[in-house]
Amino acid sequence: MSEQPVIRLEALDKVYQTGEVAVHAVREVSLDVFPGEFVAVMGPSGSGKSTLMNLIGCLDRPTAGRYWLDGEEVGSLSPNELSRVRNQRLGFVFQGFNLLARTSALENVELPLLYSPQGHSRRELRRRSRVALERVGLGPWARHHPSQLSGGQQQRVAIARALINEPALLLADEPTGNLDTRTSIEIMAIIQQLNQKGMTILMVTHEPDIARYCRREVMMRDGRIVSDRPVVDRRDAAADLAARPEPDAEVPA
Amino acid sequence: MKFSATWMIALRALRRNPMRTGLTMLGIIIGVAAVIAMVAIGSGAKAEVAASIEQMGQNMVMIISRAARSGRVHMGGDSGVALTKQDYDAIRQEVCGLAGATPEVRANAQVAYGNENVNTTIYGVSEEYPAVRAWRLERGEHFTGLDIRRATKVAVLGQTVAANLFDGGDPVGQMIRIQHAPYEVIGVLRPKGANMMGRDQDDLVLVPWTSAMVRLTGETTFRSISVQAESAERIPEVVEQITELLRQRHRIPEGRDDDFMIRNMQDMLEVATSTAQTMTVLLGAIAGVSLLVGGIGIMNIMLVSVTERTREIGVRLAVGARGADILLQFLVEAMVLSISGGVLGIALGYAVAHLVSVRFGWITLVSLDSVALAFVFSGAIGIFFGFYPARKAAGLDPIEALRYE
Repeated sequence: MSEQPVIRLEALDKVYQTGEVAVHAVREVSLDVFPGEFVAVMGPSGSGKSTLMNLIGCLDRPTAGRYWLDGEEVGSLSPNELSRVRNQRLGFVFQGFNLLARTSALENVELPLLYSPQGHSRRELRRRSRVALERVGLGPWARHHPSQLSGGQQQRVAIARALINEPALLLADEPTGNLDTRTSIEIMAIIQQLNQKGMTILMVTHEPDIARYCRREVMMRDGRIVSDRPVVDRRDAAADLAARPEPDAEVPA
Repeated sequence: MKFSATWMIALRALRRNPMRTGLTMLGIIIGVAAVIAMVAIGSGAKAEVAASIEQMGQNMVMIISRAARSGRVHMGGDSGVALTKQDYDAIRQEVCGLAGATPEVRANAQVAYGNENVNTTIYGVSEEYPAVRAWRLERGEHFTGLDIRRATKVAVLGQTVAANLFDGGDPVGQMIRIQHAPYEVIGVLRPKGANMMGRDQDDLVLVPWTSAMVRLTGETTFRSISVQAESAERIPEVVEQITELLRQRHRIPEGRDDDFMIRNMQDMLEVATSTAQTMTVLLGAIAGVSLLVGGIGIMNIMLVSVTERTREIGVRLAVGARGADILLQFLVEAMVLSISGGVLGIALGYAVAHLVSVRFGWITLVSLDSVALAFVFSGAIGIFFGFYPARKAAGLDPIEALRYE
């Protein structure tokens, strides 16, 4: 493939030194992810998938190996440059949503813009975060606080926040881990839709059912990639949703 | 990242927890208000003391005889020589830099007009007394040098005496009787009110010192002489000349103590105001301690807040905040708390000072200095006590922070 990968990992290593014991969390992981891919990183707990996620998310630095994000080698960047990379090129979605409490959905979505080096006017902030909220179907909930939203709605706010700076890569760490089955499928429908529009997505999950909504499945064990194959029986979340019976009324906003 | 964004982030964070924000501010509000109010009360007292001493006369130097006396009996030769007319004349003639001088003889006497009579203090003074003691007349005139030389029977009344004897009528030109002798009232002094000890200063009658000595006291010496220096700068010079002159006249040998005391109003003013100043500083310091406690309160809350908001910090770091952004956010939060606390505290302190002056009648002075100081100090407290928690927040590891429960 001549196309430039969004993620290129070359023999990435991560060793945690805790006292006398060295924990080898990630061992010689090499991985290329190309634009438009939708990768599920699977594996039991302790397999190193979260550590890998943190390395790819520029929240952590590898002990050895090289990492190019969107063509730029990020292993050698200063902490401030890493902040810029996280702000401009990455979007994060977490298992626990991680929204700011007592803060409206709109202000939560604005957050990455506040830290972007460009500096936007207040009006611009409002406009962009409103558009992002509408993209995840939460336009009418803009003024609501997280405590007034259901889990699914909160995760959608988090997705809107992740997308606001138009990142090259969306990183999702167990995005459906705290949600019931139906809401999980709803979230996966949104993520699938984003992927269809061209967004590159890397998702950590330990649920095989959820991984089947992705296009590629990477299995980890003991810090190594043990298998890397396309998802064969790929499912369409929107179709699954349509096929399911109507839910009991969703938790009111 | 623009500073306005930091500002917005910090304000939003404070708004998210109004109760905590309010309580934290309360510490600073009370601290600053205490400083402002205490310093206002202290400097009010200082101003009051200074005013009452200045009332005694500007640039005044008072010479007081040390000659031991008991009633009219001199207690032996060893106790020194009293101040005599000759001393007074010598001072007036020989001392340079004098603007005026007056001796003072005092007697308690009964003063009557018609059927009214009062007991009051008669002061025998010179024609320069109103100038030396900074005490103008409200009505009529003061007696002249001619009255002194002739020992005429004229009197100037204090307000209290005038009010008691004449009950609102004009005393000038009326004849009163002092110890059964008739005196013509030629003037009335302006009211002066109570002195620091609470004595009514307006309860007196002034007569020429010559008349007082001849007709009332029978004494030949003065208890004190007051002189006025031409300017504050000349006071030391005047004091030195008088000391030399009197030692010479009283034939006091080298090495012996003076048989008189010289009190300089400037010195008294300094002593009294420095006492008030000490009180102000003490009050301010005590209030300052409460301001310090308020500052520690801010640090306490900020530290708790950093722990409680660990996840929030993790999220901010994940979406691209730099360590410096987090540091600045917490610092701005602390400063907003302390400075708005400071501003509210200044307002409250001002209100308390006003209330005290209205309720208790104390003079209070809210000085611009103490307001500026309290403002700057509260800002400094914000930076000082906000820095440690802010640095702690900025130093968090994003992964740890995101995982924090």
